[in-house]
Amino acid sequence: MLVEQAMTTDVICVTPETPIEEALAITTVNRIRHLPVVKDGELVGIISDRDLRNAMPSCLIEEECEVLKDTPVGSIMKTNVTTAHPLDFVEDAANILYQKRIGCLPVVSCGKVVGIITERDILHTLVEMMGVSSPTSRVEVQVPDRPGMLAEVADILRARQMNAASVMVFPSPTPGQKTIVLRLKTMDPRRFISDVENAGYKVVQPPALG
Amino acid sequence: MNNRVAFIYSESFLNYKFGEEHPFNPKRLQMTVDLIRELRFLRDEQIVQPRHATLEELFRVHDPDFVHAVQHASTLAVDADPSAIGFGLGTEDTPIFPNMHEATSLIVGGTVLAAELVMSGTVDHALNLAGGLHHSRRKEASGFCVYNDIGAAIAYIKDRYNARVLYLDTDAHHGDGVQWMFYDDPDVLTISFHETGKYLYPGTGDIEERGDGRGYGYSLNIPLEPFTEDDSLLASLNSVLPHVFHKFKPDVVISQNGCDAHQYDPLTHLSATTRIYREIPKLVHELAHEVCDGRWVAVGGGGYDIWRVVPRAWTMLWAELSGQKLPDEVPQAWLDRWQSEAPVKLPGKFLDPIDLFPAIPRRAEIEEKNRITVRRAMLGTPFLL
Ligand SMILES: [Zn+2]
Ligand SMILES: [Zn+2]
Repeated sequence: MLVEQAMTTDVICVTPETPIEEALAITTVNRIRHLPVVKDGELVGIISDRDLRNAMPSCLIEEECEVLKDTPVGSIMKTNVTTAHPLDFVEDAANILYQKRIGCLPVVSCGKVVGIITERDILHTLVEMMGVSSPTSRVEVQVPDRPGMLAEVADILRARQMNAASVMVFPSPTPGQKTIVLRLKTMDPRRFISDVENAGYKVVQPPALG
Repeated sequence: MNNRVAFIYSESFLNYKFGEEHPFNPKRLQMTVDLIRELRFLRDEQIVQPRHATLEELFRVHDPDFVHAVQHASTLAVDADPSAIGFGLGTEDTPIFPNMHEATSLIVGGTVLAAELVMSGTVDHALNLAGGLHHSRRKEASGFCVYNDIGAAIAYIKDRYNARVLYLDTDAHHGDGVQWMFYDDPDVLTISFHETGKYLYPGTGDIEERGDGRGYGYSLNIPLEPFTEDDSLLASLNSVLPHVFHKFKPDVVISQNGCDAHQYDPLTHLSATTRIYREIPKLVHELAHEVCDGRWVAVGGGGYDIWRVVPRAWTMLWAELSGQKLPDEVPQAWLDRWQSEAPVKLPGKFLDPIDLFPAIPRRAEIEEKNRITVRRAMLGTPFLL
């Protein structure tokens, strides 16, 4: 999946001149964590709600803080922003967020901010990819770790005219085995399970009590 | 508690049928009604003929495009319409069958009628055993359910009486369709007790699904561990329902009485016995009189051991709802009538013997986990505070 399919497209941006107080209000009202900073149509920085809060005086001090109304975000924003391209893969964007310990990537194309992809967007994509958002039954199949196993399971599905909302393949805790996790669009996976068992593989649904 | 009750029924309910091989078999309804009649628990004046739901009633909860797709599919002899797939029709779970629209509309109409009889004060309680199609969504048939009769009845009650509705779902599967229909509505409280979706269809019903916007806190989910037994299931119900009824103060309760949480049920992994099918309706009945002036609409739901579980479970439901005392023994004449058809031995008593199933290993851990789930679900529900 590409970044452009997972990103948020209506990005709220500020300019370097936007006062800190106003920027903070924008994050609160829109319930967002990051604001790209744009000047003359170009991305020049990024600021997070945490940066903004760090610039606030202690909440214990009760005084009008003119300085927040006067100081522009340009003075505290992060520059050298890491960005993504709409045609990047989502998993690569996820990897960058994880490696750099950052919360979002502005998505820039032809010099313009066209979107933003956050940890939350990626988590949502992952949830969708795991097939949790459509009604499904979950079946785990243990197969030997050798070529062609996925095709074999897929053949059994096809023979039953069953549809999988998602398929994941994991290394198994048992050496030489692999686990295929299927989310099947059916309330009654019994016939599929017995087909798979008849083909000689182990099915977990749910795990037996030991 | 008096005897003003209605039993919505027509032989035409048996037309809701996906085929001989399909687990959702209307024979379970036929066997149940036969058992109720054998006990002489059903008087003619209690039986009310259902009517078809109107399009307007369907459109309250379903997208017109979906309803039209069902109508169109109904006219086809076989699964010939590829566009139907997008609406969840013509799949393994909900194959298209002739007159599907008429058959389902009659069930929806039956549940709306049950709601009408209760809300208008004609009866105190009404039961539509053919109803309980809780998986159906706004624009999609799902999990053996074409139209959502419960959703339509709730929408009718809101539209017509502006009343607050408590929907209780004790089917082993999460009551997802009804939940999503009223997810942002603070006047409809949906509560579902079900086996966790870790493995079981539809996969939803986590405690964190609490509703949205103004409806936040008005969806309550108790996902139970696989292999949960009677005591833990009943303890969960008892620690949630009385409190919730008294705080929410609904005008009417609608209970979905799927009976697929039984150990014999082939589709789920809960380990209940028929004891819960006596206790659950009893609790709902009491609370309906305490809080809702007795207004109680009950529907059926899942239940796939049609021989050993469904007829007994739903007879117990009708006995409670109509205030009749059940004998211990299942009538011999009924057993004789159905045993020859059944591939398994039909149980001779309504209540399963206590030692019918061996004790579940790790029972203590399962009970503990369920207690924690109940506590966490309740804690996150603002109106209970
Ligand atoms: Zn009563
Ligand atoms: Zn069910």
